[in-house]
Amino acid sequence: MPHHPTRHGLGTLLFAVAATFPGLSFADDAPGDAAPPASPPAPPTDIVVEDRPDDAGDGLVVRWTLSKDDTEDADPRTVLKYVVERKPAKGGEFEQVGESTYKQPEFEDEVDHGTAYLYRVVAVGRGDVRSPAAESTEAVQPVLQWFNGRRAWFGILLLVVCGSVVYFIQIARRGTDLYIRPIAGLEAVDEAVGRATEMGKSVLFVPGIQDINDIQTVAGITVLSRVARTVAEYDAELVVPTARSLVMTTAQETVEAAYLSAGRPDAYREDDVYYLTDEQFGYVAGVTGTMVRDEPAACFYMGAFYAESLILAETANSIGAIQVAGTAMPSQLPFFVAACDYTLIGEEFFAASAYLSGEAHQLGSLKGQDVGKGIGATLVVLGCLVLTATTLFTVRGFDVGLLTAIGDYLTQNVLGDGGLSR
Amino acid sequence: MKRTVPLFLAAATGFVLIVASFVPAAGSWGKYAVDWFNILAALAFVLGGGSLLSQHLKKISDQQAGWGYSLVTVVSFLATLVVGLGKFGVAPPTLHPDKVWAGDYKEAGSGFSWIFDYLYTPLAATMFSILACFVASAAFRAFRAKNVEATILLVTAFIVLLGRTYAAIWIGDQADWLASQVVDPAIWHPYVTGLRLDKLTETIMDVFNTAGTRAIMIGIALGIVSTSLKVLLGVDRSYLGSDDR
Repeated sequence: MPHHPTRHGLGTLLFAVAATFPGLSFADDAPGDAAPPASPPAPPTDIVVEDRPDDAGDGLVVRWTLSKDDTEDADPRTVLKYVVERKPAKGGEFEQVGESTYKQPEFEDEVDHGTAYLYRVVAVGRGDVRSPAAESTEAVQPVLQWFNGRRAWFGILLLVVCGSVVYFIQIARRGTDLYIRPIAGLEAVDEAVGRATEMGKSVLFVPGIQDINDIQTVAGITVLSRVARTVAEYDAELVVPTARSLVMTTAQETVEAAYLSAGRPDAYREDDVYYLTDEQFGYVAGVTGTMVRDEPAACFYMGAFYAESLILAETANSIGAIQVAGTAMPSQLPFFVAACDYTLIGEEFFAASAYLSGEAHQLGSLKGQDVGKGIGATLVVLGCLVLTATTLFTVRGFDVGLLTAIGDYLTQNVLGDGGLSR
Repeated sequence: MKRTVPLFLAAATGFVLIVASFVPAAGSWGKYAVDWFNILAALAFVLGGGSLLSQHLKKISDQQAGWGYSLVTVVSFLATLVVGLGKFGVAPPTLHPDKVWAGDYKEAGSGFSWIFDYLYTPLAATMFSILACFVASAAFRAFRAKNVEATILLVTAFIVLLGRTYAAIWIGDQADWLASQVVDPAIWHPYVTGLRLDKLTETIMDVFNTAGTRAIMIGIALGIVSTSLKVLLGVDRSYLGSDDR
């Protein structure tokens, strides 16, 4: 290792200063300031091993009472960490499976299903001095749960929303007239394609940059189906550059079928739906190049977009194209709103297929969504009221135990992540 | 048959993933679905590469407008493919020095890595940097005070943009000092401190912006549920082509 004279000089200077001013301390770094050998910390106690709830029988949770030496006022800290070891109950040696830092009396262990285990925990102090081990007394075997209870509320809400969607689809199929508010961006599809036809220019459709397993891409392809049909009816030209090979093949099928249903199978050209590249900015370069060279009269952006959204929209704006965008990426919506003529915001984008089809049973699904919105709004208002009341009553000195419990249940179970984090 | 099989596959995979979300023992099924999707996507790469080549070779052959760009694309594509598949500059792995083809084509110092680091990355960064100019031009159009809504947007944007810089803190401090020369800060400070630009920015982002974003997110979530359900139940088949066929 090469010697570094500058560092050496600086270090010497620092220690000289430290020696001159005894109040200054470099305790951890100074050579020759080695602490005396530390005595082992007190061991943790009360080891409890439990099955990890709501899993596939592949996890155990180990809890213990902290070592008596694991205190805040110990300076330097006596306990630095806890080492967790386990062995199968049938026999074998204890092996370290993980660590927990000081003040953390819990460890979650991934284990094999169907095997019972014994655990022991050791407190570790400075200089790797270890306490006597505290062992669990009973072997515990992980249990498989058939339903993830933490997702119960998520499941209930999903069932209610899905049920209402199916219900309203059935209602619509029976002929009930359902009112759907006009969506300007979708009303503009005919206008945009018509304008392209009049100008003798093409229509550019960008189905986002994600693959077909993204629901936004699926929604974009359903809109493409309607746009392609309109293009075929107007005898205009449609160009669809894609960023994924699977999206290309899907879009080719969709556009071909749309031309067929419009009675114009001869007008379909497979080469108009093509693949550029998976790379984000390579794709942007390709699409913007097409825009500048071919100057399409109408541009549609329907799918998942990231930083490329504004580059695409501003380039199309510079060539005077009418633009309709739709995405469920909240961070990109402001860019589309600023640069495009029409923007389908979130749910409007997902409603596009049903709206453009005009089919009663598809419109019914939009009504079903309204039930979900009603439930969401009710829960949000209820949560606000409970939390506000809790704060107000706490200030006035009332007992708010029940309100706190309701608020916690709402925020942690009904409105929480529903166990989706694991 | 051409529509029934994809429809069945989509529905079956979708329902399997839903079940996997609620049944812990079936949690790994989702990974299998993802594996199968990756296999399909990898196979589709061949189709994508074929499409790219045929498109650009046709442009070169017909000498269409901008055919020079197509030539660059084809040459770059083939060069990258050959360098990547040929593993140019890839050293044999340390554990198996006799297996010269076993090294990773993306390892540091390989030809493919060189192309990525010194050709692709600068080009991508160049495209990304154009965004700065487009943000300015889009903001210029969006922030014109042509009606009440646009004026509110303009004022809000002004506050937030300024509030994100040190200028907001400096202006607030100066205003505080000036005011404290006239009136005792203990009287007015608790009431107007929230009007500092940096505090206003926090309020706008944490309250108004968050509320609006959450409303959009709830709508998006419901839209995703509805769209997924329509696809799984076969109510909306337009992604497979027209419903009429």
